[in-house]
Formats: sequence, structure tokens, C-alpha cells
Amino acid sequence: MNFLYALTHKVREAPISAGTFNLVCITMACVVAVHASHLPPWLTLLLGIALLASHWRRRHRPGKTPMWLKLPLTLGLLAGIVLWYGNLFGREPGSAFAVGLLVLKTFECETARDVRVAVAFACFALMAALLSDQGLVVTVAVALAIVPALMSLRSLEPGQAQRTIAQAALPSLGLLAAALPLALMAFLFVPRLSEPLWGAPAADTAKPGLSSSMSPGDLTELLTDDSAAMRVSFDGVAPRPDQRYFRAFVMWNFDGRRWDHGYGRRGEVAGLLPQGPVATYEITLEATHRRTLPALDVPMAAPEGARLSADRELSSNDRIDEVRRYRVSSALGYGLQADLDDSTRRLGLQLPPNFDPRARALAQQWRQTFGQNDEGIARAALGLFHDGGFRYTLAPVPLGRDSIDDFLFNTREGFCEHYASAFTFLMRAAGIPARVVTGYQGGFYNRLGQYLLVRQSNAHAWSEVWLAGRGWVRFDPTGAVRPERIAADGTAAGDGSGPWYQPAWLQAARNRWDIVNRLWAQGVTGFDALRQRSLLQPFGVREAPPSMLVTILASGICLLAAIGLGWALYRRPEGDVAQRALARLKARLVRRGLASRASEAPGHYFSRAARFWPARRKELESLATLYNHLTYARSEPAPELARRFARMAREFRPPRVVK
Amino acid sequence: MTPLGRAWSAVLRRAERRLPSLTRLRSPEALPIPLHRRRIYIVPTGFGLGFTVLLAVMVLGALNYSNNSALLLTCLVGAAGAGSMLVAFRTLDGVALTAIRAQTVVAGEDVPLTIDIAPGWRTRSSLQMDVAGRRLAFAVAAGVPITLELALPTEQRGYMAMPRMRLFTTWPLGMFRAWSWLHPDHKVLVYPRAETFGPPPREPSIDDDRGRPHPGDEPTALRMYRPGDPRRQIAWKLSARHEFLLVKDMEQPAPEAEWRLSCWVNEAHLAGHRWSLALPDRLFDVAQGDEHFHRCMTALALQP
Repeated sequence: MNFLYALTHKVREAPISAGTFNLVCITMACVVAVHASHLPPWLTLLLGIALLASHWRRRHRPGKTPMWLKLPLTLGLLAGIVLWYGNLFGREPGSAFAVGLLVLKTFECETARDVRVAVAFACFALMAALLSDQGLVVTVAVALAIVPALMSLRSLEPGQAQRTIAQAALPSLGLLAAALPLALMAFLFVPRLSEPLWGAPAADTAKPGLSSSMSPGDLTELLTDDSAAMRVSFDGVAPRPDQRYFRAFVMWNFDGRRWDHGYGRRGEVAGLLPQGPVATYEITLEATHRRTLPALDVPMAAPEGARLSADRELSSNDRIDEVRRYRVSSALGYGLQADLDDSTRRLGLQLPPNFDPRARALAQQWRQTFGQNDEGIARAALGLFHDGGFRYTLAPVPLGRDSIDDFLFNTREGFCEHYASAFTFLMRAAGIPARVVTGYQGGFYNRLGQYLLVRQSNAHAWSEVWLAGRGWVRFDPTGAVRPERIAADGTAAGDGSGPWYQPAWLQAARNRWDIVNRLWAQGVTGFDALRQRSLLQPFGVREAPPSMLVTILASGICLLAAIGLGWALYRRPEGDVAQRALARLKARLVRRGLASRASEAPGHYFSRAARFWPARRKELESLATLYNHLTYARSEPAPELARRFARMAREFRPPRVVK
Repeated sequence: MTPLGRAWSAVLRRAERRLPSLTRLRSPEALPIPLHRRRIYIVPTGFGLGFTVLLAVMVLGALNYSNNSALLLTCLVGAAGAGSMLVAFRTLDGVALTAIRAQTVVAGEDVPLTIDIAPGWRTRSSLQMDVAGRRLAFAVAAGVPITLELALPTEQRGYMAMPRMRLFTTWPLGMFRAWSWLHPDHKVLVYPRAETFGPPPREPSIDDDRGRPHPGDEPTALRMYRPGDPRRQIAWKLSARHEFLLVKDMEQPAPEAEWRLSCWVNEAHLAGHRWSLALPDRLFDVAQGDEHFHRCMTALALQP
């Protein structure tokens, strides 16, 4: 009916006020800000400029934006995005285009309808920002960005009292706060899908992470990436910092430049003889879009849904597209593969021909010096790194064709992968089976949260050398060059000259702050169908089916709706104590036969009542006297008098009279 | 008003007559009219419906990509929208239309009205009132009544009933519209309009048998010119053949007796004369002054 009313009584839409337009601009700025992390920088910059220009235009050149301005802007945005991304479809270019269109919408925000459309789609774009990152910080930022959106909607309503921006922000915040219980209820009990309805989230940008091959310089990007790779909580005491080696890939093949993992060696799992303590722990791994599950050296068995390769690497049966948790036990001291069969030995010795002659010569020289003492040769190699003038840096000069020679005798600078690569090469050249292992090393132990935070920058590469009688032994040549890289608690791979925007104290603060991220990841991000079903375990329900969740959701919504209705329907009682008592008394007397007249003073009503119930005249007279005294004798009567009147009025119950 | 609007008004009138309980269009009621939960209705606006669809899409997307942050925030926005419905209700609940005051005007003029709105104990933002095709928007502070001013067009003399008004709000987010119909039982007296170029009142002693002039009811279209006739009614061509001016009489509607009488009463009142008014059912004896004037005009306005 209202719709039809609006149709028949055409009320012309007034142009929006400057305040509303400012709020819309703030909303759009928030949208651009939360998308900034994955928009191309030039687009963010241009959108910012466009927003300012739109604001300036409305201020100084009010009126409709001409088509010759709008059309090129839109086409330019389209062209820019297509040129940058290659197409328009897909999550990244799609969201970039949507954000761009929203900003351009400010050029044609003239009526309330325009603003409503813009704000509604701004909400959509805000939620889309969470698709690329649903961390705590982004979520809070998006939640705060909802406030100017709601404020824009509020400011559209006509006939408001004038307010400052701060005064206008408070009710919106209050509305959001009041909405929180209902939102939480819905969040907890809306049944999660165990299978996506349509396409699974595509990993359309390869996330940086460990890869299955390694060539000098590959890890640089990773070592400066401070995002969390995984979080590990140990049963009992955490292992010492120098034991925190998480193996991910074991690499055998070397082509002179690149170490390669291949597809992981199948076959019989290398025998493991635990010697010493065993650590049991749970790893929460961030999505990697790969299969490998890092585990502390050396995992004893595969967790559910994963398997062990011949070299004791863990790999999951399916790709890890979401946060993944798994429990593993690892032997911290071990004898790994005490007997080496011939094919494996050959594999551990293979070297590309015609590469790095000087390194081979050096290895042969060591062999002659140390005879059959393989461990002596390994120590000599470590000694070379320690005393040979080597330098640890994340920005080494590039290496030539004979990369190992170039590194060992020429540049002498690099980071873990250079050292591990050269060390393994030297070992193989000396006739000792050796291989490169990559994974994570170190991490920050958060005492408050009792867990180890491992960042991408903790990525590391080291060597394993097969020694007769001991099996595969871990050698970390990087430790010979930069011992603090291994020993320190939480220092990432930085070479001491970190970027100016990451001072040490900030790094430390971020490490401590990570506990919040972890709680967020555990409580909110990782709340999936599985955890939802076990939500009611404290109440004795082992596994709640979706129908039960829906029932609980419905009853919870009803409960909250009842509370909300109670709030909405509540009316503050009018008048003071005496007036309310009189009103109740009158209502009662009306039920017992004495009608009330609208234009009647209380004194008159009491005298009529006294005629109506002659037997109760005394009581009624004292009631009338007291009421008159309360109302007319003083401007502020004593509260106990009012209470006495209320009590007397409550206790006055005359008999029913039927006329 | 568009043809569609006219048709819709006709449907509404019919519905109100036949199905008062269904249409909830209230019959006139006495002042003051307080709004309470039984007479406040709420429906989502077009924007509210569209936004709901958008939220549903967002929830589906969040569930599909198992993105819990987005789900949480979408639920938050949805819950805030639902909460805004209660806020809209509270904005109207307890408002009362306490009084209407009107000045007397003559038919055809707009009558200035003042409407008193008592806000009760709550501050209310963005109340809107639709009355007679106009929309007023206002805010009321707690405990401070507000007076709205508007002008209603009048068409004929006599008592004019107040039109039905709609008090509504889309506060705070524009997603829900809460409204209530107000139909105060209040009448405004409209005096008859004075005839513009009527003849002067004749002295009762002279020309008694001439009878009252009734232009227009004679079949002849022409009559002699009398002072006061508008110039455009003079038939110039025909008058050229005669010695006197002829006036076309057909186009002028027959003025009602009340027009002419009110014109005379007005003139007498303004000039400070004493006058008496004889109507078929009653007689106002010779007197003068405001009170006499209003008594006479009221009687004229209410002539059957």
C-alpha cells in the first residue's frame, strides 16, 4: 500500500546534503583502504585521486556530472584493469573493478536513491575484501567501515536535529553493538556447508611459500615475508631453539643450479630409530595450496589424511586450501636409515657433469687429507664457511654458470640456500651421500599463548649427510656463518640490516601480538562445519545435526526478538509515584462500578466515591486529603508521604457494586 | 493527481466504506490521538527489500567460501537492519497529536492550520507527515511539543472535515517504514466567498417590487449594463447598435445568495455600518462589530 501511495503521490526527491555526500566519500575511502592490500598500487592511488576530485567537484562545480567525464573515466578503469590483470573475470580483477565503479559512483550521487545503491554495494565490496584476507585486523577494519555506511543511510532521513559527526556516529555504533548478540547467535548456529555449493575458492594467485625446488635467490621473497606460516603448540616443553627444524621437502636432484624435489620418493619409508626425547605437538598450518605438511625433524608416523614419503616428508592427501590442523610426534634425536641401499646411495652422490671444477677439486683434496673420515670432511666444510670470509646477506650478487664455484671462491656471500647448496655439493663431490632439506627453522615462542609462531621468513634450507653407522645427520652450514640465525629465539632470517620500516622492537611487538591472531584463527576463522557440530559437546550432545542447529538458531532468534520487542514496547511510566498510584486505584474502582470522568479533579472523584461506598467514607477522605497535600502543598513533597499514599491506595479494596 | 492516483483514491474510499477492519483506515476520532502499538504498522521499504536480497547473497557467498569473518559481519549488518525496525517503531510509539487549530477563511482560500504534536518522553528524529499531498519532516525533542504549520485548500463553505493524515518514519536506516493513519475528528468552518461584482444592497423602502436580480436564469442572453458588471462581459458589437450598453449574461454563473449576502455583510462590516441579516430560518437584528459579523458569517456558511 505504501508502495502504491508513493506511486500516486509523487514526492520529488530532494538532492542530498553536503554532509551525506561527505559520509559517502568516507565510506568509499574505507572500501578502497580495506582493498588496498591486493589492489595494484597505481589503482589505489588513482582511486584516491578520483575520490578527492569527486569531492572537489561537488563542492565547487555542483550539478550533474557530464557524460563526457563519466564515460571516459569508466572506460579508462575498465581498460586499466583488463591491461593489468589480462581479463575482467575472476576474484581479483572483479573486486578491483567493483571498487573502481563504487568510487566512480560518487560522481553521480545526486539523490537519496543513488546514495542507497552506493552504500548497499559498498557493504558488498567491504565483505568481498574479506575473501582475500580474513585476519583480525582486516575484519575489524571492515566492521569499522560499516559505521560510515550506516551513517550515510541515517543522514538521508529528512527532518533531523542538527548534529556533529561524532554525535551522529554514536547511534550507529550503538545500533551495531545492539546487533552483536543476534549476529553472534546467527554466526554460531547458521549451519556451515560441508561442501561448497559452487567453485571452491581458487588459488588464483600462488601464495608465497616453500616450493618443491630451490635455486639460489628463490627464497629471498619468502625470507622477507612476515606472514605466519604455521603455529605449533607442544604437549609439554617446547624443544630447544636449535632443535626446531621443520622439514618440508627433501631434495636430491641437482642440475648445476637448481635443487629439485621431484614428486617425492615413493617406496619403503626410511627406517627410524628414535634416540632421546620425543615431541608431540599440534600444528595449525595456514593455507598453502600445496600438499606438504611440515613436521619437526623427524616425524614418526603420518597423521590422519596424510602419508609419509620414503624420506619421511609428510604430505596430505588433498590440497591444503584452508587452515589445516594436524598432530604429529617427532623424534628429536634419531638414527635415520642406518643402511643405505645402492640406488639411494647413487642418488645421493649424483652430480651434474662439467660443472664447478674448483669445488670438485677442493672436495677431492679434502678426501685425500681426511681419508675415510667422512665426518672430518663435513667439519672441514663447515670450517671453510666459518673462517673463509663468508658473509650472510639476503641480497647477494647473482651467481654465474658455475654457481657453486662462483659462490665458494668469488662472491662468498649469500643465505641459507647458498650455503646448503654448496655444502651438499661439496659432500657429494667428496663421495659422501648428501641431500638438501628445506623447511622452517626457529620461530617465536609465545609464552603467553604457549605456542610457537613460525613465519614464512623462518623458511630455511640445510643439508643431510649420510654417515656410516649414524644414518642421515643434519648439518646446517648457515649456522657456521651466522650462529644467531639458528640459536636465537624468533629472529627471522634478516641479515641485521632489515628494512627501515621493520625495526626490531616492532618485530618483537608483532610476535607478541600474534597470540590475538591465533585466537582469532582458532575461534572465528577456523570455525567450520566440524567444529560447529561439536559446539554442543559441553551440553552432552556429541554431534549436533544441522536440523538441531536450525532449531536452536530459530529459538535463539525468537528469544532475542522477544527481548528487542520488550525494549521497543517499554514505556516509561508517566507521572510520579502518587499519580501512578491514583491511576491504578481509579482503574480498580472503575472495575468495581464507579465510572471515571475525563474532566474531573481527583478531589471530586474521591467525594463521588465516598457517596458510592458510604461505609468507606473515612478511608476515602483521608486518601483525598493526602493526595491533595501531596499534589498542592509543596513543590517537592516528601517521598515517604507519596509511598504512604501509594500503599493506602493499594490496600483500598471496596466491594463491587452492581447498579 | 494522475489518473492512476484518482483510481487508487477511489479504491481506497470504497475499501474504507466496505472493509474498515481490513484497510485499517480509521474513522474520525477525537483529539488527542496517541499512537500506540495497536495502530502502528511497519513494512520494509523497497530499499529494505533490496538490501535483504543483497545480504542473502552475501551470506551464501560467505558460507560457500567458508569465510567466517564475512559471515560474522554480514550477520552483524543484517541484525542492525532488523534492529532498525524496532527503532522505527519506537520513533512513532507514544507520539500524540494533541490539538489542531485553524483560522476561518472564505472558501477558495487556503486555511492555515497548526497541528500540535506531543513527543512524549522520548526524543524523536525524522518524523514525517503526509497531509493533503504535502510532506512535512520534523524532529521533536523529548517533552517539548512541536507545532506544525500548513495550509489546506478549501473548496466550499461550511464545515470542512480534516483530511486523513499519515504520520510515518523511515528512521534510522530507511529500510523499514513505520506509519500510522491519523484521522482527527475536527472541523474547520469555511465562510462563503463574497461575490466580486455584485450589486449594492438596495434600500428596503425603494424598488420593493423589482425583485432580486437573478442573472443567468432568464432565457435572454442580454441585459442592460449595470454598474459593477465586468467589462469583458459587455457585448460591444451589439451595444454599438443600441444607445445603451448590453451585457452578456449567460456566461456568468448564477451567484448563490450566500455569496451576495456575505459580500454585503463584509462591506458593511468593513465600512463600520450597522446591519441586520434576514435568513429564511432566522433573523440577526441590526447590530455591528466583530461578534455580529462572525455570527452572521457562520450562519451564512451553514445555510443548507
